[in-house]
Amino acid sequence: MASQKPYSFVLVGVGGQGTLLASNILAEVGLAAGFDVKKSEVHGMAQRGGSVASHVRWHPEKVFSPLVGLGEADILLSFEKVEALRFAEFLRRGGTAVVNDMAIVPITVASGSATYPGDEDLAKVFASLDAELVMVPGERLAQEAGNVKAANVVLLGAVSKLLPLSEEMWWECLAQRVPKKFLELNRVAFASGRATVTTTDSKT
Amino acid sequence: MKRGLSGNESIARGAWEAGVHVAAAYPGTPSTEILEELARFPRVYCEWSTNEKVALDVAIGAAYAGRRAIAAMKHVGLNVAADSFFYASSTGAEAGLVIVSADDPSMHSSQNEQDNRRFAQFARVPCLEPSDSQECKDFTIAAFELSELFDTPVLLRTTTRTNHSATPVELGDRTERPPKREKFPRDPAKYVMIPAHARRRHPVVEQRVRDIAAWAEKSPLNRIEWRGRKVGVVTAGVAYQYAREVLPTASFLKLGMVYPLPEQLIRTFAAGVERVVVVEELDPVLEEELRLLGIPCEGKSIFPLCGELDPTVVRKNAAAAGLPVDKPPVELTELPRPELPARPPVLCAGCPHRGVFQLLSKKKVPVTGDIGCYTLGLLPPLSAIHTCGCMGAGIGVAHGAAKSGIGERMVAVIGDSTFYHAGLPALANIAYNRSNVLTVILDNRSTAMTGHQPNPGTGFTLQQQPSEVIELEPLVRALGIHHVATIDAYDVEGLEKAYKDLMSHEEPAVLVARRECALLPEAKRRWVPLHVVEEKCTGCGICFRIGCPAILKSEEMDEKSRKPLALIDPDQCTGCEVCSQLCPHDAIPNRDQIRLAEEHQPATCSTPVTGGS
Repeated sequence: MASQKPYSFVLVGVGGQGTLLASNILAEVGLAAGFDVKKSEVHGMAQRGGSVASHVRWHPEKVFSPLVGLGEADILLSFEKVEALRFAEFLRRGGTAVVNDMAIVPITVASGSATYPGDEDLAKVFASLDAELVMVPGERLAQEAGNVKAANVVLLGAVSKLLPLSEEMWWECLAQRVPKKFLELNRVAFASGRATVTTTDSKT
Repeated sequence: MKRGLSGNESIARGAWEAGVHVAAAYPGTPSTEILEELARFPRVYCEWSTNEKVALDVAIGAAYAGRRAIAAMKHVGLNVAADSFFYASSTGAEAGLVIVSADDPSMHSSQNEQDNRRFAQFARVPCLEPSDSQECKDFTIAAFELSELFDTPVLLRTTTRTNHSATPVELGDRTERPPKREKFPRDPAKYVMIPAHARRRHPVVEQRVRDIAAWAEKSPLNRIEWRGRKVGVVTAGVAYQYAREVLPTASFLKLGMVYPLPEQLIRTFAAGVERVVVVEELDPVLEEELRLLGIPCEGKSIFPLCGELDPTVVRKNAAAAGLPVDKPPVELTELPRPELPARPPVLCAGCPHRGVFQLLSKKKVPVTGDIGCYTLGLLPPLSAIHTCGCMGAGIGVAHGAAKSGIGERMVAVIGDSTFYHAGLPALANIAYNRSNVLTVILDNRSTAMTGHQPNPGTGFTLQQQPSEVIELEPLVRALGIHHVATIDAYDVEGLEKAYKDLMSHEEPAVLVARRECALLPEAKRRWVPLHVVEEKCTGCGICFRIGCPAILKSEEMDEKSRKPLALIDPDQCTGCEVCSQLCPHDAIPNRDQIRLAEEHQPATCSTPVTGGS
C-alpha cells in the first residue's frame, strides 16, 4: 500500500443528477483497495436543482481533511458542462477533468438573464490548467446500454480507466449497489465509459 | 470490520450500541439521517416528533423513566428546544440523555450559522465534539456514559462536515441496558422545578460542571499529540482535521470535550510550546476560555469568524501568520472563463407551490414566508415571498404587521410540516386576536425539503406504519376560523377564485392548497410531459414568468414579435398543467387534450428535445 499515492476527487453536478451515488461508489472502491478514505457531501436545499459538489479522498495511510483544497483535486468529475467550469479551481495543475457532455440549462439562462458558455470555454479553461479534458457522452452511452439513468455509471467507467486499480475491483463494488435485473445494463454502461479514455498513462 | 459510514449513520450506530431505548427528532439538515438510520435498528423506539422541543421532552421523559434516550436536531432546532434543554440541565435524569445538535457553518441549508457550543456553556451541559465518523460513534457511546456518571444531559455537537462526511468506522455490538427503574420516579425535589427546588438544584449543577472539568483532565476524550514545540494547536471537531493536514509539525491539544475544559491539561500543553494557536470554526469559544485562564493565544486574529474552514482557508491564513504549513498555498491563476450563469436551487418542475406563488405574485400582496422548499418562492421571476426568519415565524409576523395598521392585506404561507411544527400556536393566536390575515397552508403531503419524511398530516409514522391523519380543515375550524377553503394546488382558476372569496372578508382566513410533492414516488408514476404547439405560441412569455425549470426558450422566434417561442423539456416536465392553464393562446395542450389527440393520431411522437447549450 505504501507504494500507492493519494488521490483527491471532486464530483460536481446539478442536484438530482446522481453525484451522491457516484461518490459513494468511489469511496467504497477506495476502501476495497485498502486506502484510508473520506467522503464529504452536502444535502438539503442545494439538492433542489442547485449546483452540488462531493469530495472524495483516498490516502495509502491517513486522510485528515474530508474536503479537497482548491487546486488539489487530481480528478474533477463533472456531470454537467457549466458545473465543470464553475468548480474548475479545485483541479490541480496537470490533473484530469472528466466532463459529461451534458448541458442542463440553469433557470437564469432559460429566463434570458444569463448565457450558457460554449464548449470552447471548457477546452480553454482546462488547457490553462495544463489539465487533460476527457469529454464523455454519458447520456448517449447510457441510452445505448439500455437506460439513460446509467449515465453516472458510464462516468465512473471513464474515471476508473485513470486509476491503477483492476476493472474487477470496480465492478465488485458496483455490483453491490445496482439492482440485479440491471446488472448487465450497468456492466455495458461501465465498459463503454471506460472505453472513452484511451490511455491509462494519463497525467493523473 | 470497518465500514465507511457518514457521521449521522455513526451517531445512530453509537446510540444503538450504547443500548438506547428511545430516540426522537424533527427532520432538519444536516441532522435528518440520524433518526432515519436509527429507525432501521431493532429494540429502539424512534419517532418524528412534531418539533424539536417536543422531541427533547420525549427523550427527557424516557430518561426520567430510566431508559437511555437521544434527541437529534439541527442547530436552530435547539433554539426551539432551548427551554427543555435548560430544565433538563437542572433536573438531570435517571438514565443517559444525549442531545445531538448538528450545526451548519457556512449555512449550506440554514438561516444562520450559530455556534451551539455556546448553548453548552449557557445551560451548563457538557459538550462533546467529534471530528470524524469513528468519533461520532465513540463519542455518542461516551456521551451516554458521561450522562449517567454525572447525572446530566450531554450535548453532542457536530457540524455539516462531520454529519455528511463518511469515514471508516469499526462496528461493535449492542450492549443491552436493562431499564434503571421499574416505576416512574416520584422525586419532586429533583424533577419538579418550582423556584424552591430550582434554587437548590442550581448549586448542584455548578458543582457538577467543576466535577466534570476535573474528570476531563484524565479523560481519553482529550489528548495531547506532542510533535514540534514551536507551535501548539488547540482545536476540536472537524477543524482538527484541517489543522492536522496543514500543520504536520505542530503539537496538538485535541479536545473531544469542548465544555467544560480541562484547565491543567491546557496549562501543561501551553507551557510546552512557544506559540499557542486556536483553530476553531465560527465563534472563538475555546480562545475565550484560554484567555480567561490567562493563557496568551492567537485564534480569530488568524482564522475567519464567519463561514466554515477548509484546508485552503486554514493553509492560506496559517501561512500568512508565519505558521509552519505543509506546503505553500496554491497560487490560483485567473481562469480564462466567461461569466458563468448562476444556478440557484429552484422550485422543481411540477412543484405544487408554483400555482400559489404565481397568484400571489400577480396580486402583489406582501407575503410572509416560512422554512421549507417553498421559501424558494422568493426567487425571480415569482419573487413572491418577502420575509422568512425561522420555523413558524411567518404567521405571527403577518398578524403583527396586520395589527400595526399597515393597511395592506397580509398573506402568510407555510408548509404542512412546518404548520404542525410551530405554525399552529401562531394560527391559534390569529384566531384569538382576530386579524384579517390570509394563511395559505401549502400542503404537499410531505416534509419535502429534508427528503420526504412523513408528518402528522400524512397518516404515517417514521417507520411508515399507519397512524391517524390530523386533518387541517377541521383543526383550523375548531380554532374559530370560519373562512376556510381547500383547493387543488394545480388548479390555477380555483386558487384565484378561493383567494378572492377569502380576501373579501375582514376576518382570519385559511386556504389549504393541497397537492402532493411531484417528487414523491406515487406522484412520479403519474408524470406526463406536456409540449408546446409551435404554430400557436406567440412568444408572449407568460409561461416564462412562472419560473418552471422545464420551460425553456426555443431558438425558434415568433415571426411577428421576434421573441423566442417556449419549449418544454420532456425529461423535466411532470404535466402539472399550470403553464397550460395560464397560456392565453392554448399553445400548451393539457393531459386530456394530449390523450384525445393521441387517440386520433396513434402513430405520432413528439420531436426529441435536449437541454440545449
